[in-house]
Amino acid sequence: MSHAQRQPAVAAVDWRKDFPILNQSVNGQPLVYLDSAASAQQPASVIDAVARYQREDHANVHRGVHTLSHRATDAYEGARDKIREFINAANRSEIVLTSGTTESINLVAQSFCRPRIASGDKILITHLEHHANIVPWQLVCEQTGAELVVAPIDDHGQLELETLRSMMTKDVFLLAVGHVSNALGTVNPVKDIIAHAKQCGIPVLVDGAQGVPHMPVDVQDLDCDFYAFSGHKMFGPTGTGVLYGRETLLDSMPPYQGGGDMILEVSFESTIYNELPYKFEAGTPNISGVVGLGAAIDYLQSVGMQRIAAYEADLHQYMLLKLGQVDDIHLIGTAVNKASVQSFLLGDIHSHDLGTILDHQGVAIRTGHHCAMPVMTRFGISGTARASLAFYNNTDDVDRLVAALEKARQVFK
Amino acid sequence: MNVHAAVTDDVLDLYRELILDHARSPRHFGRLANATHKARGINPLCGDKICVYLCIDDNARIEAISFDGSGCAISVASASLLTDAIIGLSADRAETIFSAVTERLTDGGKGQPGNIDVELDRPLEKIRALDGVREFPSRVKCATLAWHALRSALRQDAQPATTE
Repeated sequence: MSHAQRQPAVAAVDWRKDFPILNQSVNGQPLVYLDSAASAQQPASVIDAVARYQREDHANVHRGVHTLSHRATDAYEGARDKIREFINAANRSEIVLTSGTTESINLVAQSFCRPRIASGDKILITHLEHHANIVPWQLVCEQTGAELVVAPIDDHGQLELETLRSMMTKDVFLLAVGHVSNALGTVNPVKDIIAHAKQCGIPVLVDGAQGVPHMPVDVQDLDCDFYAFSGHKMFGPTGTGVLYGRETLLDSMPPYQGGGDMILEVSFESTIYNELPYKFEAGTPNISGVVGLGAAIDYLQSVGMQRIAAYEADLHQYMLLKLGQVDDIHLIGTAVNKASVQSFLLGDIHSHDLGTILDHQGVAIRTGHHCAMPVMTRFGISGTARASLAFYNNTDDVDRLVAALEKARQVFK
Repeated sequence: MNVHAAVTDDVLDLYRELILDHARSPRHFGRLANATHKARGINPLCGDKICVYLCIDDNARIEAISFDGSGCAISVASASLLTDAIIGLSADRAETIFSAVTERLTDGGKGQPGNIDVELDRPLEKIRALDGVREFPSRVKCATLAWHALRSALRQDAQPATTE
């Protein structure tokens, strides 16, 4: 059944009540939080898991023989197991815990690319990428003399797939592509893209920061070599992230950082590195954050990613319908296949002015370039207003957004 | 709940008529061909960019001024008001007004505008239209961007000014 035939956005369960932060007023109005693509809110179960860990179980991991250290290690490694299951990785050794998507991508740039890429090689990215999936590759290109090449997008914000495929030439060392565009919400056909890259012998990194919160992800089914994502976009704590890497590739890579935890034996003459994934986890990690990430996965599993995807698809359709009725609105990013993210402009109102006026009506949106300046340049604009929906949003939130936009039009009439 | 009553006086004060007028029809907009001094101001947070051009004569008087660039209503209106206020003044006086305005708009000036008002004498009083920004901490940098660019131009700084 198509979206058009469905009843729009039926709130089957009130997930909103699970998120304490949403139950407040901002500037005298009940909060409408439409900025989950920047950072998603945490359910009480995550907040409580972090607090309980800090109150009852905290010690350093992988070190002590005492009871708390065991508990802390069990909680931390337990979260790794949950992550492995959540993205269906084959092995827990393929789950490297990082500070976020940014660190995950930098790790691949420096440990996978830098030692083996040469002048004349290319790194292929797309015009849709977040700065975190651009700048690490620029750095490694500067360091090695390799070239960064960029696949184009069309006026709807969709990858030009024919061109992308034609750019998968022998001299491409790696393809790095976002699963979902943070600025426009475009869902890229990454499975097809990866299949083609495989035929060309090109390893693929998927920036999944905006994919994991919205849909089930199966890294074995995608057949990607690396998949990077962040805890705080998926209702977990900030400062947590994951790099999934194919075991054979991770095994062949030198460490990213040196320090404690990533070694088996150290002398001043030489050091033997620890086994996967610890080789890539130098120093004391964000233990409580990772415990929270594990709790976020438990919560998401209890709701069900398929259910989340279906609910958000309906709510997104409702938002498109309602936004389409606002005078002078110009939607940016009109791909056929989208996550529940919509960028737009309203008349000649600058997005920051719009953001301020909406905030004063209790409506939180993101404004500006969304850390994707090349996307903005592609559309000849400096920024957009962006409303991003999570499953804790509902049709009332969308109605409040639309009412606030009407008010902004009056202020700027 | 009456959502339509939700826009507060603060917002209407921020986007008062004079601000919207200067944002829509900025004065002295464009590049000054014979500029003796110029500087860019960049707000890295939001990407606003304002370039201020000055033509300073042998007597250190700002005989011409202009700006170009892109930004929100607040940053463009502030730049436009700046050009109206500064044109014809001495470079020293412009520095003094920079200090007065930035202090006035940031926390330092909040609650004690009396001292600073001394510096904003009659020809400059339109700058007070920016006062509404003091209620919006996240927007103060929009209002001060052009002023930082002005100071950089006066001092002939090599680096673009930022509001950070």
